[in-house]
Amino acid sequence: MELLFALVIGALTASGVYLLLRARTFPVVMGLTLLSYGVNLFLFATGRLATGEQPVIGTASGYSDPLPQALVLTAIVIGFAMTAFLVVLALRNLADNENDHVDGQHETPSEQTQDQEVTSK
Amino acid sequence: MSLPLVVLLPFLGAIAAPLFAQGGRTAIAIASSVPALIALAALFPHWSVLSAGGTVLHSYEWLPVLGLSFSFRLDGLALLFALLILVIGLLIIIYSHYYLKASENVAKFYSLLLCFKGSMLGIVLSGNLLLMLIFWELTSLTSFLLISFWTHKQDARRGARMALAVTGGGGLALLAGILLIGNIVGSFELDDVLAAGDLIKAHALYPVALTLILLGAFTKSAQFPFHFWLPHAMQAPTPISAYLHSATMVKAGIFLMARLYPALAGTEQWFYMVSFTGMATLLLGAYIAMFKHDLKGLLAYSTVSHLGLITLLLGMGTQLAAVAAIFHVINHATFKASLFMAAGIIDHETGTRDMRRINGLWRYMPHTATLAMVAASSMAGVPLLNGFLSKEMFFAESLELNLPGLWAWLPPIIATLAGIFAVAYSARFVHDVFFNGKPVDLPKFPPHEPPRYMKFPVEILVFACIMVGVFPTIAVGPLLFAAASATLGGDVPDYQLAVIHGFNLPLLMSFMAFFGGLLMYSQRQRFFDFHARFREIDEKAVFEAVVSKFVLLANRCTSWLENGSLQRYAMLLIVSVIAVTVMPLADIGFDIGENGLSAVDGATALAAVILILSALATATWHRERFYALVLLSVVGLIVALTFARFSAPDLAMTQLSVEVVTIVLLMLALFYMPSWTPLESSKAQRTRDILIALAAGAGMTLITLAILTQPFSSISDFFLENSKPGGGGTNVVNVILVDFRGFDTLGEITVLAIAALGIYAMLKDTALTPPPGDGLGHAWTRDHYPLMLRQIARPMLPLALMVSAYIFLRGHNLPGGGFIAGLITSVALILQYIASGMIWTQDRIRFRYHNVIGLGLLFATIAGSGSLAFGYPFLTTTFGYITWPIVGKFEVASALVFDLGVYMAVIGATLLALVSIGRLSPHSAIKSKKEGV
Repeated sequence: MELLFALVIGALTASGVYLLLRARTFPVVMGLTLLSYGVNLFLFATGRLATGEQPVIGTASGYSDPLPQALVLTAIVIGFAMTAFLVVLALRNLADNENDHVDGQHETPSEQTQDQEVTSK
Repeated sequence: MSLPLVVLLPFLGAIAAPLFAQGGRTAIAIASSVPALIALAALFPHWSVLSAGGTVLHSYEWLPVLGLSFSFRLDGLALLFALLILVIGLLIIIYSHYYLKASENVAKFYSLLLCFKGSMLGIVLSGNLLLMLIFWELTSLTSFLLISFWTHKQDARRGARMALAVTGGGGLALLAGILLIGNIVGSFELDDVLAAGDLIKAHALYPVALTLILLGAFTKSAQFPFHFWLPHAMQAPTPISAYLHSATMVKAGIFLMARLYPALAGTEQWFYMVSFTGMATLLLGAYIAMFKHDLKGLLAYSTVSHLGLITLLLGMGTQLAAVAAIFHVINHATFKASLFMAAGIIDHETGTRDMRRINGLWRYMPHTATLAMVAASSMAGVPLLNGFLSKEMFFAESLELNLPGLWAWLPPIIATLAGIFAVAYSARFVHDVFFNGKPVDLPKFPPHEPPRYMKFPVEILVFACIMVGVFPTIAVGPLLFAAASATLGGDVPDYQLAVIHGFNLPLLMSFMAFFGGLLMYSQRQRFFDFHARFREIDEKAVFEAVVSKFVLLANRCTSWLENGSLQRYAMLLIVSVIAVTVMPLADIGFDIGENGLSAVDGATALAAVILILSALATATWHRERFYALVLLSVVGLIVALTFARFSAPDLAMTQLSVEVVTIVLLMLALFYMPSWTPLESSKAQRTRDILIALAAGAGMTLITLAILTQPFSSISDFFLENSKPGGGGTNVVNVILVDFRGFDTLGEITVLAIAALGIYAMLKDTALTPPPGDGLGHAWTRDHYPLMLRQIARPMLPLALMVSAYIFLRGHNLPGGGFIAGLITSVALILQYIASGMIWTQDRIRFRYHNVIGLGLLFATIAGSGSLAFGYPFLTTTFGYITWPIVGKFEVASALVFDLGVYMAVIGATLLALVSIGRLSPHSAIKSKKEGV
């Protein structure tokens, strides 16, 4: 079970990192989302894997570690806020610069020619 | 208290002085003198302790962990330097009053001068090495500003920059050296360091520490090969040169060597490094001074030479030599400051400093000429003047050095040679300027005597030269004794301050120097011709070239690293993380800890496989953004299931509801963005990225595996035990959030609120026109709000609200709580927006989400501060039980109010963010005139 869990985190990280290295905003946002899934699961894993031991007093014979859970709970919500902020940053950039690159480029060659046409008009 | 006051006063004066600038130049000069006068008065009462060889220590804690304290320490050596700084500082203020033109920024001048004075006093009075270093750096900075006082002159700016680069670089070396010393001794307090001399000298790191500290001292005191900055610093106004570059700043390095003399001196390394540097500087400075046509240039190189002399004396390591060094510090400060002032007067009255043009001034300004001639004679070492006495001591000590074989001849020969040069350049200063024919083409003609009181400071100093020269014991005896005793750590050798010690070898050397120098001056044309054969190196050009090369290199580095591509930054970041972790990870390897692996059940394995495949598929097909998003949502759902599977029901519920909101958010964003990503990166680049990603994934897998299989202990037992009795709830996760770690949660919802407001602000006046279709050739549906969805969504709202109320209320005891309930409510409301549209929904929501966020934060804060009224710390909770009809016994905790705040903040933030994006399209913005957002 532990190995499987570790592989899940590995897969989430690998896919997240790959998407993070793309040149456009949207894949980067998706990559960050995947990466935060991975990180949340990893944080959660520091409390070890327990089955049927939810940390609610009186409902189980033993209790899993509630502290990582509390941390991850807020991390999930903050992660959402961060994703939303990032998406909006990307949208604002799109609105102002008509561009969703994050690799320092501005236009693809085809778009550039279109731009030139616009300016020549 | 009086010692910190002495250091602090000039800084206060620096703030106050500009206020007097309105009152004219006299007012500000008087105001600037006040700190020094008070400081002198404050130092006076300590004399009785110091003259007996004692020290005064005023210490206050600052950062005890770092060994840094506000520790001020006064002994004979510190007093001597403090007096030089204060008294010459006062004379400089009088002199500046006449020197500066009315049009100049006098407020800035005096303010900087006082800052410098405070920093200098800080160096000499610090009882803690780290504190001293702070003041040391302050002198570098303030002197930079003073040298570049005439900011319109390029030479001044460049000279200042060079001085800062050299002395600042030395300061860094000094910092390293001091840290080493502190490490060896275990304390940065001066008393401890001075007492630990043997420990330091025996330590393996002694040579390193010594070299670093000497680098600091040599750069500051313009020792060869760092001497080049001092002549270029002569671009400063002359009062500054007289103050900084004769009496104070350049003596800081000398002071440092004298200060640490008991701790560092007396070894072979000290002897060779310090004395040979001093010898080289002494000779080089004296030689170059001969050939300078600029008055201040001559004085600058002569200063370099005299600093070398003092360094050489300190390097000799004998006690008498150290006494001679201290004595020469006093003498050099007096005659050199007066010479600089005289040079400034000449510059002031003739408009030039070129000795080829300034001749025969005796006829025009006999008074100034007399003063300058006395001071120059002292510089040359003419008997009955103070310079003679210390030079004589120097000659005597140079004979005492026990170097092997013929080497023993080297110090006396160099000393005599330097003496000859000194007499020659002093003779040039006197003869060339005041005699030697008539002035040539002076910018101001005829020159005349300066204002009466501009000469006053020069007179005082020249008077001091004569007094010390004729009555040394009375004039400086006690002060010199106290300073020497402090330098040597108590045992002062027998020395005599007589004017003539009888006819002996040193006196012979003096005669040789005197007549040799005069002879040399008379034959100067031959020497000039000889010197002209060598190409002079322009240090400034070399320095500028080096600097511009560094700037170029730095720019290249910056533009290579910071090319505006997030893609590249992320790559570098991730690769460096991998590089840093690869070694420890190799150690861990494929590690299964003591706990071993537990069995896998079929359902979990299936879910895990689906999760892994979906994640990889998201990455693989990311260019089809819509499909990738669907796959991403699968991943999120299974993550929620994972939490549920491994005993975290709260997390599962949170993840589930956040997942819904996130996907809605991304869908909404996709509405405005291109729905596919063009293929831009090359195959090689993608392969590289895949390798990086795989390495990162593998690393995380190994770390997770190692963690999961290790036994561990947690602080959570406390939470489990106290959740019910202390927090009144059985859901430990919720109790941690709203009670144990309530302050964290307050911080989190604040961040949430800020993010939402930030989103609102970013999108407030932005309009984005969505593309007409999804980019793959499909137009958007014309049925914006499908009937079925509308019909289902409306009755869902009250149901969902009821569920969220239930989840909220039970949160303290069963999985649920403010975060989850808030998200459920948000999802229910978002559903209405999706089903019925912005306008329809907004018309029915009569409040602004900003207010909801604000109220939420307010509730949470009030709930937290309620406990303050009862004398408990912030966010202490209380609880009780009431019995409701039908429901039965019900627990009411003050944490519930806090959780209500969380609930509202989450709703407000989530909806404000999503609605802001939804309103982006101009279509919805124009139509929704009655906008509630």
